Amino acid sequence: MRAIKLPQFNFLSQRRKAMAFSAVLIVTSLLSILIQGLNLGLDFTGGTVIEVNYKTAVDLAEVRKALSIAGFENVMAQQFGTPRDVLLRIPPNGEANDRELSKQVMNALNTAAPNQVELRRVEFVGPQVGKELADQSGLSVLFSLIGILIYVALRFEWRFSVGAVIATMHDATIVVGAFSLFQIDFDLTVLAAVLTVIGYSLNDTVVVFDRIRENFRKVRRGTVIEIMDQSVNETMTRTIITAGTVFLVVVTLYFFGGPTLHGFSLALIIGVVFGTYSTIYVASASVVALGVSRADLLRPSKETVTDGRP
Amino acid sequence: MNRYPLWKNLLILSVILISLLLAWPNLYSQDPSIEMTATRGVTITAASVTEVRAALDNASIPVKDIKLRDGGKLLIRFASASDQLRGQEAIEQTLSTRYHTALTLSADLPRWMTALGLKPMNLGLDLRGGIHVVIDVDLDAALEQALERNLGDMRTQLRDKKIRYLTLTRDGNHLVAKFNDAESRAAAVKALQRETQDMQVETSEDGDRFIAQLNLTPAAQRQIKDFALEQNITTLRNRVNALGIAEPSIARQGERRIVVQLPGAQDPGRLKEILGATATLEYRLVDTEGSVADAVAGKVPVASKLYYERDGKPILLKRRVIVTGDQITDASSGFDNQSGTPTVFVNLDGQGARRMRDMTTENVGKPMAVVFIENRTTTAMVDGKPVKTTRKVEEVISVATIREPFGSRFQTTGLESSAEAHDTALLLRSGALAAPIQIVEERTIGPSLGQDNIDQGLHSVIIGMGAVVLFMGFYYRVFGLIANVALVVNLVMIAAVLGLLGATLTMPGIAGMVLTLGMSVDANVLIFERMREEIKNGSSPQASIAAGFDKAFSTIVDGHVTTLIAAIVLFSFGTGPVKGFAVTLIIGLASSMFTAINCSRALINLAYGGKRLKTLPV
Repeated sequence: MRAIKLPQFNFLSQRRKAMAFSAVLIVTSLLSILIQGLNLGLDFTGGTVIEVNYKTAVDLAEVRKALSIAGFENVMAQQFGTPRDVLLRIPPNGEANDRELSKQVMNALNTAAPNQVELRRVEFVGPQVGKELADQSGLSVLFSLIGILIYVALRFEWRFSVGAVIATMHDATIVVGAFSLFQIDFDLTVLAAVLTVIGYSLNDTVVVFDRIRENFRKVRRGTVIEIMDQSVNETMTRTIITAGTVFLVVVTLYFFGGPTLHGFSLALIIGVVFGTYSTIYVASASVVALGVSRADLLRPSKETVTDGRP
Repeated sequence: MNRYPLWKNLLILSVILISLLLAWPNLYSQDPSIEMTATRGVTITAASVTEVRAALDNASIPVKDIKLRDGGKLLIRFASASDQLRGQEAIEQTLSTRYHTALTLSADLPRWMTALGLKPMNLGLDLRGGIHVVIDVDLDAALEQALERNLGDMRTQLRDKKIRYLTLTRDGNHLVAKFNDAESRAAAVKALQRETQDMQVETSEDGDRFIAQLNLTPAAQRQIKDFALEQNITTLRNRVNALGIAEPSIARQGERRIVVQLPGAQDPGRLKEILGATATLEYRLVDTEGSVADAVAGKVPVASKLYYERDGKPILLKRRVIVTGDQITDASSGFDNQSGTPTVFVNLDGQGARRMRDMTTENVGKPMAVVFIENRTTTAMVDGKPVKTTRKVEEVISVATIREPFGSRFQTTGLESSAEAHDTALLLRSGALAAPIQIVEERTIGPSLGQDNIDQGLHSVIIGMGAVVLFMGFYYRVFGLIANVALVVNLVMIAAVLGLLGATLTMPGIAGMVLTLGMSVDANVLIFERMREEIKNGSSPQASIAAGFDKAFSTIVDGHVTTLIAAIVLFSFGTGPVKGFAVTLIIGLASSMFTAINCSRALINLAYGGKRLKTLPV
């Protein structure tokens, strides 16, 4: 047996400071989302994206010049991953629906730099589709939260359910807020990542809640806060190992997954960090704040059968 | 203690073996290939193989292998994508009259594997390149068309029954008939109700006018919309098949959308032309009695309609259509024997042929016109917003005198070029679209980007997994190795189930896989940490093993179920990439529960169960 000996902490004694910290983050996120908004990707806004690959590194100014000569004034060009890859965005307008658009752009680029450019992908999304997607995304986040709320309420108790959902919303808001604050492209894969963060944060919260429930039933001495601290401490090795391995994987995705996965893995990196933090300082602290008592979990239920075994 | 009964071990073993078998085909590399099918009237035989090989040898393109396949197909494998493209060019140059070619990816599976029906996972367009198009079907237009048809039928009926009416028009989404007296109206409503149950009638009076307003019933509306969507899917499928692309996928998405996915395809312009084309032909008699000059001035005879020929010359045609495009069963293009101009040869179905024979018998010596109808969509900017308008273009492409009655087979000339004849024949063959369509989303992924995505996706999965495997082995020793075996089994099971369901692996799908692997590791960490705690609390090693699994069980279930809820919501609301992510996540969560709990338990039982242990190497 080589278990790491971890010092025991009174995590929840710091909960007021943590709440202030969380409040600052949430307010910053919300303000940024309200004022700056999100840098929504093509999936949500509609428009055309063209990715091209040059044989040698290319200067963006030259690309822009070539395009403006051909009459494409509203094209946004940016590096995509390497200096040889360029991403062109064309906002939705009547011309964008033109089936010849990508051909015209390629012609313009080819004239400026013959035999240098390879078309990697063209994506066109109609404005209507983008709007529908944004609506659907909002709905899907709402519905998964409701589903989770019900499940946790059934398995635990309503205070835990509310605590879990507050923690989850906390994490999702911070991830979305970070994307707004730094104006990072928010596309469909980032949305998927936000939903994954919801799942991850919940899994983490549920693991600690499970232990709190068990200890409420098992440990006869101690205040609510002491038992919660004990539970957090008992699950700490697991928290470190799991958060560590997941962190390892998403960091790998960030560095080796290519530019298409950058947004996705970045959202997950932020989500893993705050998902772990929120389990203790948002979920558990909310349960305390909602006034949970030991009696709330002592009702006989199916779970006690599993717990009763040696 | 800590022994699984034999049946449980066997069950777990057989699940693992079946998964391994199902996932096996994924180990074979997928070669760039060309799939060849024969054109009409040609069959593919062993001789075709020799012919194709000769053509490729002539162009000195290395071929990996040429195989005859079931269903009269020929599969040619190449070592690289550039060979594949050059190969297609070479084949098209020499053999294009008799064969269609299509680019595809094909795994070089041994015969027994194909015999068992084993296939590798489908790779999504983001991993192999291709075109993804989402099409919006204008169902309101389908309703309007249905009303127009009803209007025509009603006119004929009222005329046949000799019921006098003042006007009969379509006003938005209902029909309005005006009569002079209540008796005519009652007779008309009665006649109509005998004919169809699709219309609801509301009557009203306006002064001395007696009005009947006819609406489509909600059930009829739904039926028309469903039919229009299904018909459009069928038509689009026929058109895409005619383009000669391997493994196209055409599926309904929601109420009014159709998703078309064409792996390997690279020319969205050509695709859109063929998909969006709504060209069809109509055959009408020429009105020889009415005055064309009057019609141009605005006085068109009631039973006729003014058309223009391609050179701009006006012509009056009878309103009644002899045959429409949807009665055409087959069409091919060629050249007219006598004049040498581009021609479309047309075959009619039974009903169309009967009508054509009746009309041509009655009207020998009179001229008949062919109308070419095309919906052209143009986009204009109105108040800064793009507004799409679909304009119906109707042109008379040929007028010819009926020399003798004809029936199901005839030819139509007057097309501008052989290319137009070819496209018109293709469109006539695949049927007309039941409602106008609009492309609302389009993604083209180049093959090199697809390859990069595969490489990067695989790299990140391998590196991430490698790091986790190393850590687990180092930290938990034997138990860590067992967890690693469970992890690998989990990966194999995901691949197996994806293959079994025919689901498609996409880039977000790979990300979903990575995430479930994380969950799987978490489950084993939970179990092992529990064991350590039990040991610390003074339990015996065997009791600790059992308690570790039992106590971690509810936690693992709770964690997996909550994530599963999120995944299911994603699956039901998401489309495309999000759906791909959700599918692998759902499959991964299910298999992770099995591998992390049952597989590790079985292995631990086999290794330690029933033995006297002083310590537990966890």
